[in-house]
Amino acid sequence: MLNLIGKRLLTAIPVLFTVITITFLMVHSAPGGPFDADRVVSPEILLKLNENYNLDAPLWDQYLSYLGGVFVGDFGPSFRYPGRSVTELIFTGLPITFELAIYSIIFALVVGVFSGVVASLKPNTWIDYLPMSVSMAGICIPSIILGPSLSLIFGIWLGWLPVSGWGDLPGDKILPVITLGTAYAAYCARLTRGGMLEILGQDYIRTARAKGLSETRVVVVHALRGGLIPVIAFLGPAVAGLLAGSFVVETIFGIPGLGRFYVQAAFNRDYTMILGTSIFFSILIVLFNLIADLTAAALNPKLRDGGSSE
Amino acid sequence: MKYKNILFFLIINILIGCSVAVTPVDKAIEDQILYLGNGTEPQDLDPHIVTGVPEHNIIISLLEGLTISNPNGGDPLPGTAESWEISTDGRVFIFNIRNEALWSNGDNVTAHDFVYSWKRILTPLLGAQYADMLYVIKNAENFNKGNLTDFSKVGVKAIDSKTLRVELNNSTPYFLKLLSHYSTYPVHKDTIEKFGKIDTRGSKWTRQENFVGNGAFILKDWKLNKLIVVKKSSTYWNSKIVSLNEIHFFPIEDVSREDRMYRSGYLHLAYSVPQEKIQNYKLKYPNEIHIDPYFGTYYYRINTRKEPFNDLRVRQALSLSINRNDIVQKVVKGGQLAAFSFTPPNKSGYYPNTKLVFNPTKAASLLKEAGYDQNNFPKVEFLYNTSEGHQKVAQAIQQMWKVNLGIDVELINVDWKVYLSREQTGDFFISRAGWIGDYPDPNSFLDMMVSGRGNNKTGWSNLIYDNLIREAASSQTYEERNSFFNTAEQILIEELPIIPIYTYTRVYMLHPDVKGWSPNVLDTHPYQFIRLER
Repeated sequence: MLNLIGKRLLTAIPVLFTVITITFLMVHSAPGGPFDADRVVSPEILLKLNENYNLDAPLWDQYLSYLGGVFVGDFGPSFRYPGRSVTELIFTGLPITFELAIYSIIFALVVGVFSGVVASLKPNTWIDYLPMSVSMAGICIPSIILGPSLSLIFGIWLGWLPVSGWGDLPGDKILPVITLGTAYAAYCARLTRGGMLEILGQDYIRTARAKGLSETRVVVVHALRGGLIPVIAFLGPAVAGLLAGSFVVETIFGIPGLGRFYVQAAFNRDYTMILGTSIFFSILIVLFNLIADLTAAALNPKLRDGGSSE
Repeated sequence: MKYKNILFFLIINILIGCSVAVTPVDKAIEDQILYLGNGTEPQDLDPHIVTGVPEHNIIISLLEGLTISNPNGGDPLPGTAESWEISTDGRVFIFNIRNEALWSNGDNVTAHDFVYSWKRILTPLLGAQYADMLYVIKNAENFNKGNLTDFSKVGVKAIDSKTLRVELNNSTPYFLKLLSHYSTYPVHKDTIEKFGKIDTRGSKWTRQENFVGNGAFILKDWKLNKLIVVKKSSTYWNSKIVSLNEIHFFPIEDVSREDRMYRSGYLHLAYSVPQEKIQNYKLKYPNEIHIDPYFGTYYYRINTRKEPFNDLRVRQALSLSINRNDIVQKVVKGGQLAAFSFTPPNKSGYYPNTKLVFNPTKAASLLKEAGYDQNNFPKVEFLYNTSEGHQKVAQAIQQMWKVNLGIDVELINVDWKVYLSREQTGDFFISRAGWIGDYPDPNSFLDMMVSGRGNNKTGWSNLIYDNLIREAASSQTYEERNSFFNTAEQILIEELPIIPIYTYTRVYMLHPDVKGWSPNVLDTHPYQFIRLER
């Protein structure tokens, strides 16, 4: 197990290094700079601005000093928000994006696993068809449609829930979590159903039933452990996807998370902010994949001895 | 089965219970809290650093200049300066600063504060993007460009702690209006120096715990990308007329979200309205939708350095074949007016004596005269930044050119920064543009087209035009000045390096409880005059 962790952490270093280098080159080769504005600044002022942010140095010099900064945890000042450092902006947005992602994944697991299990117990009946069709719809409807529709129904027509905000008004977290979590709940439901159907047909389940165990015990204790393996394997990429994909939901509901900063930074050519957020998202994605692998290993003895789920 | 029914009714009741909860806007009258949608997250709240409208909307609550923008248009109102004298040649202003003008920490606002603040925005290393607003002051440009290092030679001096003397290059009739622009606002010297030097960009003085201002409100809370709250200041000289207790500014870059927030009672003001909903809202909420004239022009830049647009006749043909009335009535539909000049016309001030007509026959013959027809017209591109609104206008005009002139123009949409960089480097044929005047004066538009100005971007240069703008700057009376501008405007509309399309309007939703909100062409609404009443 330790071997696995060590190996994965070591491979993370070149991954991050590559991410930094490619992102750095890409942002600097994109046309337009951070200080281009509709109302053009005079060449004299532009010179001073570039001087202020070391943008007048040769590219390799900027690259090395950036790497040096990252090494000691300094991601530089934001170009767009002169009074803020990139680190400050990231740590303002990250906890919120994290909270949103965690609630959404919990929602996805509870709804998905429950309906998946129910469907697998009566395959090819309406109890199976109904949740599976709903989940297919959930996968198909993008959050950019789902979010505004939910706001319209529950926020404007019925007036039950706030349409914007995060932690300011009671219930304002409900709609964003449902919007972000629905597609993942749908995947979980289908994966759970598939996993459960496979397990329920196995000999040891028949043995358990033959021993006279109650159906609940058979399902919850014996079948679910094996049936959930595909869901667990899906969780790592799912959390990574939730974090990176939270931008749309953050914009629809005005949540001040990291995703919004990330996308705005790209539009603003806020070089340091783009780099900082890219590095953070890569770290998170590496981390969550590792956690998913470890969980899968814990559930599946075959993977425990230094193996990998891949 | 019965307990299930009871449970069902319970849930329904809880949900309905939520729906009768009062919305923030309903509660606001009692608390006098104004909820405003405010575009993007402000870059900063430092008046010498920022450049945008959202920042402007917040800063005018926190700081006050020598004058206050008049909410009813017209002459500016006395602000931190209680009175002023102007020399007969209009070049020297003596401002008397109010004795009761105080900073939010209790310090006096002095003439020295203004000298320090104007020195700060003009200090080259600060890199202030709006420093050129102060170039009308003697030697300000030289100091800002580093040609002069001795600030005492710049035309601003404190005669004593409450008297400020300002010397200008020329008589500048709009100078008093300029003084209500945030770039001329004072900042508190000790606070600036506590968190950095005079030329430190992005110091921590604008944080809520540090901010010292002289405006009607003080900064209470700043949650990044979420909310900025300002509350009534007790040290403001005119605090007795301020009736709002708090203003909440929400950064909302997504216009659909703003619309939903407004309709569900979370905002008094939706800063923008989705274009496709304007018609519907005019019928549905006639008392809430506002369509105000705005000091801005939507126009197309023509790159006069490139063939075929170096030929005047081609530019005229392009303009003559645009049906501007169709554009405003059938495409943009937000009450905009078909443009006939570059500077937006003002009935009680500068009213340009120009015409932009729709005459496809003449257009076609001009194009033919220039030696072009549908077979030999070069392949040209039309550049615009990605936006549905710009695209609709571009498609309509593309079609008009196709039908009336028989020429094909390829539409190219690019990301905002790419668009700016291509315009800047002259890598375009025709590009979309828009300009909102920084101060209510024709100079705010016409000066831009002087040869070699950074915002000209068309490569067009006309020495007679340049001269007229210079003459206007040094003229003594309004009439003389406006006649120079008028002649210059005629040259511009004759030569058409830019093709004006329409004059902007500000379209927004305002809750009927908001009183004292006067429409004006600069869309500036000093909050001390606003109250909430039903």
